[in-house]
Amino acid sequence: MSNVIADLEKEQMRTDMPDFKPGDTVNVYVRIQEGEKERVQVFKGAVISKRGGGIRSTFTVRKVSYGIGVERIFPLHSPSLEKVEIVTRGRVRRAKLYYLRKRVGKAAKIRERMD
Amino acid sequence: MLKGIIGKKLGMTSFYSPDGEQWAVTVVEAGPCYVTQVKTPKNDGYSALQLGYGYRRPKNITRPVLGHLKKSGKGPFKVLKEFRVEDPEGFELGQELKADVFEIGERVDVTGRSKGRGFTGVIKRWNFGRGPMSHGSKSHRKPGSIGMSATPSRVAKGKKMPGHMGAANVKVRNLRVVEVRPEDNLIFIKGALPGPNNGVVFIKKTKKV
Repeated sequence: MSNVIADLEKEQMRTDMPDFKPGDTVNVYVRIQEGEKERVQVFKGAVISKRGGGIRSTFTVRKVSYGIGVERIFPLHSPSLEKVEIVTRGRVRRAKLYYLRKRVGKAAKIRERMD
Repeated sequence: MLKGIIGKKLGMTSFYSPDGEQWAVTVVEAGPCYVTQVKTPKNDGYSALQLGYGYRRPKNITRPVLGHLKKSGKGPFKVLKEFRVEDPEGFELGQELKADVFEIGERVDVTGRSKGRGFTGVIKRWNFGRGPMSHGSKSHRKPGSIGMSATPSRVAKGKKMPGHMGAANVKVRNLRVVEVRPEDNLIFIKGALPGPNNGVVFIKKTKKV
């Protein structure tokens, strides 16, 4: 890939993102456009995957809402994310926590990391 | 006003729109191009501009072309290409044209030479389906029947068959310009463009549909 493109990607990348990892519980503040008005919605859940590199990186957040599992995939460098807040750090042993999809209740709990 | 330029496809990347949408864009180094010839109705019967782009060593250019380029005092160029203009007045030899001939939001047609695929079979070239891979079948990637029997005892003209694919001129129409940076000579075009990275592309204002 040419340097020009690498520079262009760097220019668009966000440096204000906290260093969260799969297993962490996060609050994602998403800007939502409703007609003329803009408001911020919070999506709280566990990060179950981070993928990609550079400007195209995404992360997946899973939560259980009224008994229904909901997952959202966010582009890490998207300008429509106001901010990402780390609520708790999780202690997990893999990079992709897709096994959580099959678990409910207490089995779906992620142990907290103490460090 | 001229609405065309020669450029080099640098590659694709992601670009966030003002609304925060993620777009796949192709980055083109458009220009700088130089006017090498102004064609007027009086002289040539129609009006157009010949533009030059890139660099080629003089020893690899024929002397007639070098002589032609001498008139504009620029070059030697890798590519020369003519673009029709309505009014050739106001353009002069050697004038520099940059990426800012286009604006954000404009629609363009982009022409380039597609990547050569060599001699390809019918599945890749014409999107045929394949035959069974097992159960005694040997017709894995074959084209199947190519016609009837004694009547008409010939293969229909234009029958899709294996052959050479790619390395042809391809035009993609009605693409949107999403960003222009004249200081770096860059144009961002939403969508894919024909040809390999570092290939030459011709960008023109789209014809109204």
